Amino acid sequence: MTAPIVKVVTSRFDIEDAHTLAVYERTGGYEGLRKALTMSPTAVHDEVKAATLLGRGGAGFPAGVKWGFCPPGVWPRYLVVNGDESEPGTYKDRLLMERDPHQLIEGCLIACYAAGLSQCFLYIRGEMALAQTRVARALNEAYAAGYVGRNVLGTNFSVDIVLHWGAGAYIVGEETALIESLEGNRGMPRLKPPYFPAAIGLYGKPTIVNNVETLSNLGWILRNGSDAYKQYGSESSPGTRMFAISGHVKRPGVYEVQHGITTFRDLFYDEQFCGGIRHDHQLKMFIPGGGSSPWFFEEQLDLPLEARPVGGAGSMLGSGAIVVMDETTDAVKACLRVVRFYARESCGKCTPCREGTNWLETILQRIYDGHGRPSDIDMLLDVGDNISPGPYPSAGWEAEGLAAVPFPPRQTTICPLGPSAVAPVTSALRRFRPEFEAKIRRRAVNIPLRVEESAHV
Amino acid sequence: MSRLTPENEAIAREIISRYPKPKSALIPLLHLSQEQNGHVTDEAMVHLAELVDVTPAEVIGTCTFYEMFKREPVGRYVVNICTNIAFQLLGAEELLHHAEHRLGIKAGNTTPDGLFTIEDVECVAACTEAPCLTVNYRYFYKVDGEDFDAIVEDLRNGRQPTRKAAETGPDGAIPSHGTLALERQHIPADRAAGNADPDSAPAPVWLEQQA
Repeated sequence: MTAPIVKVVTSRFDIEDAHTLAVYERTGGYEGLRKALTMSPTAVHDEVKAATLLGRGGAGFPAGVKWGFCPPGVWPRYLVVNGDESEPGTYKDRLLMERDPHQLIEGCLIACYAAGLSQCFLYIRGEMALAQTRVARALNEAYAAGYVGRNVLGTNFSVDIVLHWGAGAYIVGEETALIESLEGNRGMPRLKPPYFPAAIGLYGKPTIVNNVETLSNLGWILRNGSDAYKQYGSESSPGTRMFAISGHVKRPGVYEVQHGITTFRDLFYDEQFCGGIRHDHQLKMFIPGGGSSPWFFEEQLDLPLEARPVGGAGSMLGSGAIVVMDETTDAVKACLRVVRFYARESCGKCTPCREGTNWLETILQRIYDGHGRPSDIDMLLDVGDNISPGPYPSAGWEAEGLAAVPFPPRQTTICPLGPSAVAPVTSALRRFRPEFEAKIRRRAVNIPLRVEESAHV
Repeated sequence: MSRLTPENEAIAREIISRYPKPKSALIPLLHLSQEQNGHVTDEAMVHLAELVDVTPAEVIGTCTFYEMFKREPVGRYVVNICTNIAFQLLGAEELLHHAEHRLGIKAGNTTPDGLFTIEDVECVAACTEAPCLTVNYRYFYKVDGEDFDAIVEDLRNGRQPTRKAAETGPDGAIPSHGTLALERQHIPADRAAGNADPDSAPAPVWLEQQA
């Protein structure tokens, strides 16, 4: 049975003008902040920790634990909000910023108060003009009303939230690249370690980077308490999560569902969500967590939407981005399209990614165009192995006796962009190798060749 | 004249003042110059370098990394059609081809009248609304060939297209290329908490009190 629908972060989506301060205040807005300010910062931090609020950006790390990684006694600490949503299939943060910007602002304030963060930079993807408009207006309203800035609501808590906007680069969603971009540089990821910018981040100081959806939960958690939050979802993944389901379903859309207890099958087939595959076609495959995640198939439909089981089954839940493909989909074409994205978006810092993603695209393109060579399949796997050595995470395939290879992949690169380009290649080749081979074989019979005697003259 | 105008220079200085280090303002300032001139000019970059106290080469370095910054003139309306996987599955490539035929240009080019540029772009965060396009970063959802023609016709005649527009109110107005948000953040001086200087900011007072 599908878990009942609960709305935590999308509760105002159906309310007209929910992006204005007046409507936000009328619907419980800033009550979480008011409550937080009556508590000590440690108590607020403990409340968020108790809620086990998992990061919604992709890695799924608990926000409360992440805040605790700041080294003691090093000041200032910064908050950087990652609103650079651009993973293929991901569509939720833009909605949260356009329709409920105050909810995000309230979340930022609670995080700054709890973790002792002295300044907040709200980084919105460059292409999202409406989100920038709405957040700018909401910030102006919130400053005027005393929610943001010096002495918030008459207390000694003071913090500025600065709206910042990007200019079109997928890689900037990686948190250290985001920080580079915020410093005015080319948005290339930084060398690790340190693995968390909480140690060394913006301007070399401790920095917390949180996703828009993660922060948007905080007002609700403080207003209603972590116990109420944990009533929803599963024990290890409480609360709700937003999922965007696109592609070949009857009703593509963004749905907020209970985390960890709803399954892929519920999302795709239940009438209150997508209502089935279009034209009642058969499902061929689906991307469970954004373009970077290995593909899933029919056998994985009953997995719960929860990071650990999905990881164990060979993929990731990522940023809540599910792309559904029916039986009419050309696996080679789909694979090529996802790979082309990574080839275009590679920042060029690490050689295996810069060279590898482009070679993957080139080889796939020639296979798709009917110019493939018999050695191309091995070459694809070899290039992939240079970016991500060893067995690549893959879904199990019982009929063929293949076990799942659990997430995550290994990498020879600084950030996960390169390995992400390998996901569609290994997924498609493992499952649909005959489709590749058919396209390659076509080459052999498609070339009529007749050498005339006179050609040698 | 493509340095920032005095009015825009005042806006630039306000933006810079919100960051502990001036160079952080570079991307917003490049947008500001693009808003003024339609694209990013060399003279504007020299001006920005002066404003944030870096070399012009560093400004070009940042500018060239980000695909929204155009260093050549583009159309008054930049039409971006996303062909990434979720869109490809539902006919985005066909929409792109239709657009190319309709406007008589290949993706990446501008019509001779300087009105339209078409771009074949990656994920625009509207995956459930495929196929979709943006005009100067304003969204149009579930667009087919006929919709495209209607949108182009409206823009040619100086009307705000409403067909398939994601936002039809005042917030959905389509300015010339270069303008992003229709409203700017403004922090009133008497409300500002002030920048946290990375070299000298003390522990937050609200934390100290609890200890």
